[in-house]
Amino acid sequence: MTAQISYDDVEVGTELPAQSFPVSRATLVRYAGASGDFNPIHWNEKFAKEVGLPDVIAHGMFTMAEAIRVVTDWAGDPGAVAEYGVRFTKPVVVPNDDNGALIEVSAKVAAKLDDDARTVRVDLTAMSAGQKVLGMSRAVVRLA
Amino acid sequence: MALDQSFVGRTYPATDPYEVGREKIREFAEAIGDTNPAYTDAEAAKALGHPDVIAPPTFVFAITFKAAGQVIEDPQLGLDYSRVVHGDQKFAYTRPVRSGDRLAVTSTIEAIKTMAGNDIIDIRGEVHDEAGEHVVTAFTKLVARRAEEA
Repeated sequence: MTAQISYDDVEVGTELPAQSFPVSRATLVRYAGASGDFNPIHWNEKFAKEVGLPDVIAHGMFTMAEAIRVVTDWAGDPGAVAEYGVRFTKPVVVPNDDNGALIEVSAKVAAKLDDDARTVRVDLTAMSAGQKVLGMSRAVVRLA
Repeated sequence: MALDQSFVGRTYPATDPYEVGREKIREFAEAIGDTNPAYTDAEAAKALGHPDVIAPPTFVFAITFKAAGQVIEDPQLGLDYSRVVHGDQKFAYTRPVRSGDRLAVTSTIEAIKTMAGNDIIDIRGEVHDEAGEHVVTAFTKLVARRAEEA
């Protein structure tokens, strides 16, 4: 594991570079194939509405995969992630138009956990259409 | 109908190994739009200290969720999968999943609760490699919405 960020260089409150991730219907079809999750609520508008959703929604695991990119891009080595957890609070609604949806992710160092293991806790915020789509979104990262 | 509490602590047999392929990792990384070279370039992964390309952190969910199917589809437990939504997900890693891994999953029911008519089940999936070494543990919380709302 070779994180590019040094434990000594971060403080509680250090912000990670924020990123935005666009999601279209094509993105969801592709993710369905790659992940093996073919639940029709992620690609079939008629089905999604029949089960009470406003429209097709993104896979929660897709949103989870995008959010951690803010951490892995910052740390350099994705293997530096020791723990990662989220709560799925609101769906990311993906309309069938030219814009789709946008997942906006910000993150900051919330705690320095262990001076010997050089681990920090990073708290993430993921928003889409003004709604918080992940709750309790936290990663433990081993820094250099 | 509330789920049977006696299932708490039940561990299901380890799954047959899933062999992690380099091209499957690439396909997954492309699907999430992540161009980190550690996922596609063995030399880049080696420069970070990994023996081969590694998988993005959430890649392993496809394997652990399939294994959780043993629990979800257990007729004795009687969970109504048509009402299930994914509540929480957490991973605790000993090391990243990498190309060439042959991973077996052992699923255990950690908790069963009923809140406001919803059944909530916590499943822990322990992932080990062919040498029996721990790779990652997946904690999956599923919520079966009460039938009246379905």
